Amino acid sequence: MPYTAELKKLIKTVESTRAVRVERKKRGEEFPAIPVDQRSDILQKFHPDYREGNRKEIRVGPSKGYAISKEIVTLLEAKSRVDPAKIDLSEVDIETDILVLGGGGAGNAAAIIASERGAKVLVATKLRNGDANTMMAEGGIQGADKTWKDSPYYHYLDVLGGGHFSNNPELVYTLVTEAPKVLSWLEKLGTMFTKYPDGTMRSLHGGGTCRKRMHYAGDITGAEIMRTLRDETRNKRDKITVLEFAPAVELLLDTDGRCAGAVLYNLETEEYIIVKAKAVVIATGGSGRLHIQNFMTTNHYGATGDGLVLAYRAGVPLCFLHTVQYHPTGAVFPEQAEGLLITEKVRGAGANVVNIHGEQFVFEREPRDVEAAAIIRECSEERGNGVPTPTGKFGVWLDSPMIDMLEGEGTIKREFPGKTILFNRYGIDISRDPMLIYPTLHYQNGGLEINSDCETNIPGLFAAGEVAGGIHGENRLMGNSLLDVCVFGRIAGKTAANYVKNIGKQGKLSIDHVKKYNKEVATLKQADTPVSPMVLPDYSNPDVRKRQLTSNYVGTIR
Amino acid sequence: MSEKSQSTNPPAEIVPIYILGKRYDVPASLTIQKAMEYAGYQLIRGCGCRGGICGACGTIYRFPNDSRLHFGLACQTVVEPNMYLTQIPFFPGNKAVYDIEAIEPTGVEIVRQYPEVVKCMGCNACTESCPMDIKVMEYMSAAINGDVKRTAELSFDCVMCGLCSSRCPAEEVQYNIAILARRLNAKYLTPKAKHLEDRVKQIDEGRYEVMLRDVMKADPAELRRLYIETRQMEPAMADEMWEPEDKRFL
Repeated sequence: MPYTAELKKLIKTVESTRAVRVERKKRGEEFPAIPVDQRSDILQKFHPDYREGNRKEIRVGPSKGYAISKEIVTLLEAKSRVDPAKIDLSEVDIETDILVLGGGGAGNAAAIIASERGAKVLVATKLRNGDANTMMAEGGIQGADKTWKDSPYYHYLDVLGGGHFSNNPELVYTLVTEAPKVLSWLEKLGTMFTKYPDGTMRSLHGGGTCRKRMHYAGDITGAEIMRTLRDETRNKRDKITVLEFAPAVELLLDTDGRCAGAVLYNLETEEYIIVKAKAVVIATGGSGRLHIQNFMTTNHYGATGDGLVLAYRAGVPLCFLHTVQYHPTGAVFPEQAEGLLITEKVRGAGANVVNIHGEQFVFEREPRDVEAAAIIRECSEERGNGVPTPTGKFGVWLDSPMIDMLEGEGTIKREFPGKTILFNRYGIDISRDPMLIYPTLHYQNGGLEINSDCETNIPGLFAAGEVAGGIHGENRLMGNSLLDVCVFGRIAGKTAANYVKNIGKQGKLSIDHVKKYNKEVATLKQADTPVSPMVLPDYSNPDVRKRQLTSNYVGTIR
Repeated sequence: MSEKSQSTNPPAEIVPIYILGKRYDVPASLTIQKAMEYAGYQLIRGCGCRGGICGACGTIYRFPNDSRLHFGLACQTVVEPNMYLTQIPFFPGNKAVYDIEAIEPTGVEIVRQYPEVVKCMGCNACTESCPMDIKVMEYMSAAINGDVKRTAELSFDCVMCGLCSSRCPAEEVQYNIAILARRLNAKYLTPKAKHLEDRVKQIDEGRYEVMLRDVMKADPAELRRLYIETRQMEPAMADEMWEPEDKRFL
């Protein structure tokens, strides 16, 4: 819906300060960034991670005692969907060399690379292949490839600084040194990066970068990478089979403790499928649909953290899950678009973030957690400078029209075609009017512990992408997630393909780890033991559910 | 208007919609996707990113006494009173299997991979059905004319929902032809990034090994110092060829 009369009046205030702000930007004057040693003050006071009652200690499993978001703890302190005693492992439905769980960027990258090394691959995915957060990433992919001004050294420092110096150095080393190779691989596969006529990549700043190394494909970079990888997966159908609408609900080990497959659930026929594999790659992505602290989310429908649960039950420890990423700029208007991602590239291209008085209150390219905390502070009672929305929420302005003033008429339409179309549908022209935004749940910073070969502590079990932790430390920078899924997806595919060549004879399939885990959960004596993995969020109408007298729900799904 | 809208308690306006021909009364502010959930559906098919980019929720609808079909993504389209709708969560489409290294960026290649492309009769049903407002017929005609680049550029915003294909009397699979064109365009018709090639070579030669291993060993205080002191900020408005003063770490 177009802006209301009240909001239109407030936009006038933004317009009244715009010319001066554009002039300042042209002169190279930026709003002062918050000094590195003061970042923690604003985070502790205003970032949702630090809110009282947010974190809770996990009481079972390999990371017992680790305090993380309570929504994730609930899934970890849950019992399995299926009674493991009911699962007959003597009847295997599908056998493959490598089972990849997840059809996002990491899963497809792993499948492609593993198949090129001769492995037979089954990709099992909850929704369609490509229904993943990778598809939704907009702004770009980092990589220090501009030889005259950038290098992996600067990329490394930027990643570390963004993560508050807590990241796993080996994983960051791998990320930044593999980055140019990944860009080159994507270029070779035929990804339509936005380039200068001579082939030089166009690149922009992102929050927390010291050099412009954000490569992009319009404002749908993730979609362009995802559909290219998916197309390549489909070209390898002699080696790669894709099974859609078949999420994994448990891992299978062998009697030697190595990972040896998974139990899949056919969402349509509601049957369980036993897959035996020589190796498993977990690439199940993130968990935004858990709506931590009731935040809106930018994540796709299936982002329910299933892979964390599966691997944790099998004994893989967790790391860096104590922080969650809130993207600074999610739409809060119109209502239909609430929570929708507004790419950081808008700020990278020069748009200020301003309050109800049309004033800047934060440098627009702070690392995401700092930026988000500053916006929350501006809308808090302490400051009271938020813009009220018709649904009773608050937001601040993202002043997109500045971009055309800085870079020339037509820049927004050219650089942000996706967002232009989307807002046009609501009768809003983002090259004329600013967008109203507020932080939205965006990314799972942490996850399963891996090393730089994507190995977990369980032989034969590999993990890559958002499900893994350590690369981004406590806070990820823009453009490092698309990079992460490609870098570590490829590595997981390579490591797994090498691994399956030399594993010798597998032991008998076993699901004893789930039985054991269920027993441990039972000792918690919860009144109503939850079930996990969640598989899909529950957005149904409670009144309707009340009338479904013969339906049997296990967790959130029938 | 249903009776529910007379109630003073819920302020939301309630409107009737017809999902697969069956009436449900839903809040007028919801998208089709949320309206289906409100009606009691638990979506499995026809729901993906919920943000207008994955193409899972292509939807066709029409109104009583209106001869025209309407098209939209369920996650992006707000309900309207008396709409009759169905989702098309899947539509069968052929996909050519090719080795991207072994094909040519030409119209002949597109015809080789998708011979049916020349059957297009220019009816424009594809363009009219596109929820992303893409000029589908124009890119199809560019493909027939061998203009791979134009096909790629015109189809760039395609979410591959398949609505165009579902409406095509010539049984084309437009979105698969489009991605073939985009990949050919990016790989063969766009110059390679020379700097990327150079940088990969530098990394392979070990140029950053010592530099990175040193910084990886730095203690937290030293790391902070390097972060603050060695990272000269490239100005926002600097042109592409800007160079930092300190070139030790390049």
